[in-house]
Amino acid sequence: MRITQGCFSFLPDLTDAQITRQMQYCIDRGWAVNVEFTDDPHPRNTYWEMWGLPMFDIRDAAAAMLELAECRKVYGDRYIRVSGFDSSPGWESVRISFLVNRPAEEPGFRLERSEGPGRNLVYTTRAYAADRPEGSRYRS
Amino acid sequence: MSAAAATLDPAITIDLRHELAETRVGEVLDELDHTLVGLAPVKLRIRQVAALLLVDRVRTRLGLVNSAPTLHMSFTGNPGTGKTTVALRMADILHRLGYARRGHLVSVTRDDLVGQYIGHTAPKTKEILKKAMGGVLFIDEAYYLYRPENERDYGQEAIEILLQVMETQREDLVVILAGYASRMETFFTSNPGFRSRIAHHIDFPDYQDGELFAIALRMLDAQGYRFSPAAEEVFRTYIAARRAQPHFANARSIRNALDRARLRQANRLFATPGALTVGELMTIDGPDILASRVLTDAGRLNGSQP
Repeated sequence: MRITQGCFSFLPDLTDAQITRQMQYCIDRGWAVNVEFTDDPHPRNTYWEMWGLPMFDIRDAAAAMLELAECRKVYGDRYIRVSGFDSSPGWESVRISFLVNRPAEEPGFRLERSEGPGRNLVYTTRAYAADRPEGSRYRS
Repeated sequence: MSAAAATLDPAITIDLRHELAETRVGEVLDELDHTLVGLAPVKLRIRQVAALLLVDRVRTRLGLVNSAPTLHMSFTGNPGTGKTTVALRMADILHRLGYARRGHLVSVTRDDLVGQYIGHTAPKTKEILKKAMGGVLFIDEAYYLYRPENERDYGQEAIEILLQVMETQREDLVVILAGYASRMETFFTSNPGFRSRIAHHIDFPDYQDGELFAIALRMLDAQGYRFSPAAEEVFRTYIAARRAQPHFANARSIRNALDRARLRQANRLFATPGALTVGELMTIDGPDILASRVLTDAGRLNGSQP
């Protein structure tokens, strides 16, 4: 099941040229570009791991693409996203966030029903990938 | 001959003048001519480089070339000969020609690239390189990166990263190495990788006395000062005397001398009783310069004035 998260996720995967232009858009607006990765695809997982620090003082997207390439080299089998932080309001706020890398195979989610008190049913989703320990979830 | 070249009609005409006007590189070149005194060989080389890039740009558009040209440069010359200033203009020229996407200049020295402990250098160098992406990285006194007397020096690591990026990301970054001619020569001899990656070696000559005087006048003008006729005379003597002393740094020495003259002028005006005219506020007089240690015997003896 294809994960749809953040901007552009209902479009076909962005090409590198498109990613570069999106990053440049962020930089031109003074936002800090940040690369994050995770292997827990649950939509409520907001705490992705950071690949280095957000890039506050770069002028050109080539620098951010460099970091993305490095990140892909190490974590190419996980989800990687790029986000743009805008610090102009005085606090760091994410203005944009989009996926730039996904595992070759995305097993998707299982719907779990558990019986609560009475006839109450509690629904939850669980990623099949999350059954395996962190770090080995998308290795076949 | 590439496939594109084979299909092109050799009779197609291209107007380079129009091309020049479109990129507005001519403005920067003219500005370079007007605002910088002397440096004739440097200006000539920059015009040549600009012409080459302009032609390359047209050729790229027609599909005749498809690889990015090597643009890394080395600026050699004594201190105060305008290397940083020219690098700044170069960034502008490259930007207008489309070879540097942002056209900013990041000026660094050894301290910014080399770390203090193992594992510190690579991230530090990469940080700077990332900052300079899309623009020009200006490494001042680049020969300090290489310290042959200390084999554990981390400079070598910075050099390796630099060389790699200079090769693989030619279209993202232009590196300009600057420093004294003789020491840069040694640096290139011990790091042949650099020499082969640098396309343009530009040598900055020392300024003549007359040129230094013209520079002084421009500096004063920019700050809203002027010389009195007496001061002009004295300052010419000053330039000749200063040149003979150690640590002479061309235009930088001139700027320092003017700064000190302004200081003395302010002091003199402060000691003057009564009201001042605007003219007096603007004028640097002979005594303001004559008081310099360079022109007194004491100064000639110890000769340690910067």
